[in-house]
Amino acid sequence: MATGFDPSGRLPDFFTSTGTSSFTQFLSQAAPELLPGRRPLPPGLSADIAPHGTTIVAIATADGVVMAGDRRATMGNLIASRDIKKVHPADGYSLIGIAGTAGIGIELIRLFQVELEHYEKIEGAMLSLDGKANRLAAMVRGNLGAAMQGLAVVPLFAGFDLAPATGVGPGRIWSFDVAGGLYEETGYEAIGSGSLFAKSALKKRYRAGVSTEDAIALAVEALYDAADDDTATGGPDVIRKIYPVVMTATAAGTHRLSDEEITTVAERVVAGRHENPGG
Amino acid sequence: MAMQFYASPEQVQRDRSEYARKGIARGRSAVVLTYEGGILLVAENITTLRKISEIYDKIAFAAVGRYNEFEALRRGGVRMADMVGLSYDRRDVTARALANTYTQTLGAIFSETQKPYEVEICVAQVGATPEADELYRITYDGSVMDEPGFMAMGGQAEAIANVLRDRHDATAELTVALSLASEALGSVGGENGQPRQLTDKQLEVAVLDRRRPGRAFRRLTGAALTTLLGHESVSDADLGEVDAAPPAPAEGKPTESAASQDTEE
Repeated sequence: MATGFDPSGRLPDFFTSTGTSSFTQFLSQAAPELLPGRRPLPPGLSADIAPHGTTIVAIATADGVVMAGDRRATMGNLIASRDIKKVHPADGYSLIGIAGTAGIGIELIRLFQVELEHYEKIEGAMLSLDGKANRLAAMVRGNLGAAMQGLAVVPLFAGFDLAPATGVGPGRIWSFDVAGGLYEETGYEAIGSGSLFAKSALKKRYRAGVSTEDAIALAVEALYDAADDDTATGGPDVIRKIYPVVMTATAAGTHRLSDEEITTVAERVVAGRHENPGG
Repeated sequence: MAMQFYASPEQVQRDRSEYARKGIARGRSAVVLTYEGGILLVAENITTLRKISEIYDKIAFAAVGRYNEFEALRRGGVRMADMVGLSYDRRDVTARALANTYTQTLGAIFSETQKPYEVEICVAQVGATPEADELYRITYDGSVMDEPGFMAMGGQAEAIANVLRDRHDATAELTVALSLASEALGSVGGENGQPRQLTDKQLEVAVLDRRRPGRAFRRLTGAALTTLLGHESVSDADLGEVDAAPPAPAEGKPTESAASQDTEE
């Protein structure tokens, strides 16, 4: 990157200054054009110019959290993508999923991943899970201008808490609003267009202290119910073998279910719905 | 009128070099060497302030000299690496680019400012094979050298490098490489020229693990380090996970809000 380098080739002062441990704060000095919230937008609503990601669910389990997302992105009435991945690891112990304008959401995920890794490397210590959630809220807040013009993006954040307080489960979930509001959720949460149906499904089936294995099945069921009633959410695609992205975060770290693992779960759910379409 | 003394540029450079060399020679040394499973970085360090750290997926940083100066360079390196990785791709962050930036920075500081940095740094990048490993040594005046598989920095670097030169083997196991590194560091500074036996408390040790996908940097501490120093091997899985220390426990957290506890009652 040649941004702001002086002719001697020396690193500019803001690179070597003590400054901040936050990468986004550093970028605001070094390369503000790389930050999503800083770009001028033409006036008017621009909601339909870019693909939208849809439903994400997260469930707190006895050993951590499970997060799952369907694979569809839509543009108005069209399917923009049938195999988009909207659930990603944020770092070694936490997960992030996005709903809303896919381009900005994916940029937000990338930036958030670098933000957490950067802090780890600069400080030699990991941020607390609450600290990560607060940081993400600040980044969502930075996108408020674009959100008001229709390019909203809302993440779902969940992770395994390495040092929780007494009475707080190891798995914790936070939801956000476009203004950067941060809300810790109990048990389960869903975001995106199909979230209403996914949450209704989880409300009836979720039990506190559910095992990770059962929570994976619950998450896939909830996404099936969302896809059943929401056109923007993609159901299991048995023809192309495209199934939800499911990730877990436990004491062992984050793990994305392999194609074989998720195929087994999804096929079992589909078979169950052959018997009883309502689940 | 004040008398202006003339000092030739050669004299100025010499004085600065001597100043920087003396500063570096006061500190303890560090060695970096390749082994069969990656690159081993060892520094003699009894403090918790680090001389060795992670820069990026396959790149590590080791330094000797003045802490505040090499810490500023380390931060700069992490910031630059993360910025390049975000703008392009993780694979596009290379040790050579980083070494270039460091040499420019140190060179400019050496020739333009009154006081040169009293540091010597190493930028190491692990490759798929020992032949593909890259070790760059960058000195206080901005000169850069591409080292062949091993290097020593600090006070009596030459004597330490001689030990490494005779016995370095790029196909050695981690235990062998570590005992060579600790022997080389202990070969200087003993009373009456006697070698010293360094323990795990005196060493800061990290590896860039060749076989690990993603972030290759692992810091070796505690039980894993003691075992390795006792010439027993440790499985890859037990080399430790991420470098970062876990977060502080939530138990002592004073309050739910960001304000002080006094305002809550």
